[in-house]
Amino acid sequence: MAIDAATVKKVANLARIREPEDRLEPLAQELSGILAWIEQLGEVDTDGVEPMTSVVAAKLPMRQDVVTDGGYVDQVLANAPKTANGFFVVPKVVE
Amino acid sequence: MSKLTGLTLKGAIDGLRAKSFSAAELAQAHIEAIEQARALNAFVVETPEHALTMAHASDARIAAGQAGPLEGVPLGIKDLFCTKGVRTTACSKILGDFKPTYESTVTSHLWRDGAVMLGKLNMDEFAMGSSNESSAFGPVTNPWRSRGSNRALTPGGSSGGSASAVAAELCLGATGTDTGGSIRQPAAFTGTVGVKPTYGRCSRWGIVAFASSLDQAGPIAKTVEDAAIMLKSMCGHDPKDSTSLDVAVPDFPRFVGQSVKGLRIGVPKEYRVDGMPAEIEQLWADGIAWLKEAGCEIVEVSLPHTKYALPAYYIVAPAEASSNLARYDGMRYGLRVDGKTLTDVYEDTRAEGFGQEVKRRILIGTYVLSAGYYDAYYLKAQKVRRRIADDFTAAFERVDALLTPTAPSAAFGLGENQADPVAMYLNDIFTVTVNLAGLPGLSIPAGLDAQGLPLGLQLIGRPLDEATLFSLAGAVEKAAGFKAKAERWW
Repeated sequence: MAIDAATVKKVANLARIREPEDRLEPLAQELSGILAWIEQLGEVDTDGVEPMTSVVAAKLPMRQDVVTDGGYVDQVLANAPKTANGFFVVPKVVE
Repeated sequence: MSKLTGLTLKGAIDGLRAKSFSAAELAQAHIEAIEQARALNAFVVETPEHALTMAHASDARIAAGQAGPLEGVPLGIKDLFCTKGVRTTACSKILGDFKPTYESTVTSHLWRDGAVMLGKLNMDEFAMGSSNESSAFGPVTNPWRSRGSNRALTPGGSSGGSASAVAAELCLGATGTDTGGSIRQPAAFTGTVGVKPTYGRCSRWGIVAFASSLDQAGPIAKTVEDAAIMLKSMCGHDPKDSTSLDVAVPDFPRFVGQSVKGLRIGVPKEYRVDGMPAEIEQLWADGIAWLKEAGCEIVEVSLPHTKYALPAYYIVAPAEASSNLARYDGMRYGLRVDGKTLTDVYEDTRAEGFGQEVKRRILIGTYVLSAGYYDAYYLKAQKVRRRIADDFTAAFERVDALLTPTAPSAAFGLGENQADPVAMYLNDIFTVTVNLAGLPGLSIPAGLDAQGLPLGLQLIGRPLDEATLFSLAGAVEKAAGFKAKAERWW
């Protein structure tokens, strides 16, 4: 399926990546090329096939619902672009 | 000192135990080799002081008779592994100057066993690439060159720094990760041995995530035995990774050199692709002959869905990547580009921080997961993935392992496959099926092409049967007698 510039813009918005206007058309062509190549999957008969989400056994290990780790704010904040008083500082979300 | 860098990992362990040289001398020799090889751009962080401190501690443990299995062995670490206090960026601008406050499980196993860290190795950004050209720190150059040419060649990717560093004797072994072929294809391009173990053998905890259902860590090394020694240390159950397998780790090195007599080896007919160079066909035929000679029975098998593996991969991997990479939002670590609104900050940070290939894959992943397309693309790909895994299950009812080429060509020139993303993706045509099915795969150098460039053969095994692969690879290594090394130009 071919993708147009408007679709690229929509997807880029969903992915929270700013793409300049002059990149939309070239990206539409690149992505359309990749998707056209992917289309061949339509040839495979997958009726009744269970989708494969993991190659290991589907049953995930269980553990007690208790705190096993934590209590080191300094380490958590060590790489933050901005911090204050033991918190992350982020741009204002609600006006 | 050049003699010390020429050792195999096993040779170095033996030399250290015999006190022929110290771990500090061994580390120093490699530190100097790295300094002299900056033209390769294999290392993005060099940690010489760290290495010498670790080496002195190794010497003390050796003197006290407390040497671990990798005591004093200098290694390079792919920049995808979090290393405590040492910059880890997945070779992306978006991680900025990120210094983890914790150590990945795999690297912590290596240090537990006495290994010494030389530094962090270059790679494709977030492991997305087959030529190392998507790295934010620039491409790695392959130490190998075509005969009579000084054209710069790719070491492959994404573990290109790892492969280049091992081939150029800058370290005795390196960690890599493999999502679609990122250990095996670079190993093939550089005349080294690369192993992607069964999914779940190595913990993914502390490894920067790309596509979580496909990512696996593994070693790149000079010999099959060296790879087996490294893998044994890297593996092991980890409760911090819910997909980590709670199974015993076999003594892999013990299987190298064991007889392969009576093993049945499958040769998948679908791997004879159009346009494959005659030299690779010949190498494959040589590999078949060597294993026959060693007493194996060769069986032609069919993996009918092989051609659909790459297209399925390019839905599954970008979909998982778009989800995994959503965490890079400029809030808690890494790059932040300030802006008027929160959305501006997100969008500008991600536009500035991610490179072209990473953006392309996030967009594809977001598209195939978006409302209205999920069933047509993502669900379809997961069903095709099941078909591909079923092909292997059927084949392994008749054979013990499979033998194929590792890559459809030898190393190509930097810049050569840049124009068409799909042409670049085709590099992984023989390796990607193994990731989709979660199987172990191993690449072993088996010969040179007419230009004098290394070519690799791939062995694929049953789930958790790396041991058989090591025995077979040992037999191929012995028969191939691959001794060629890159001629030093750097």
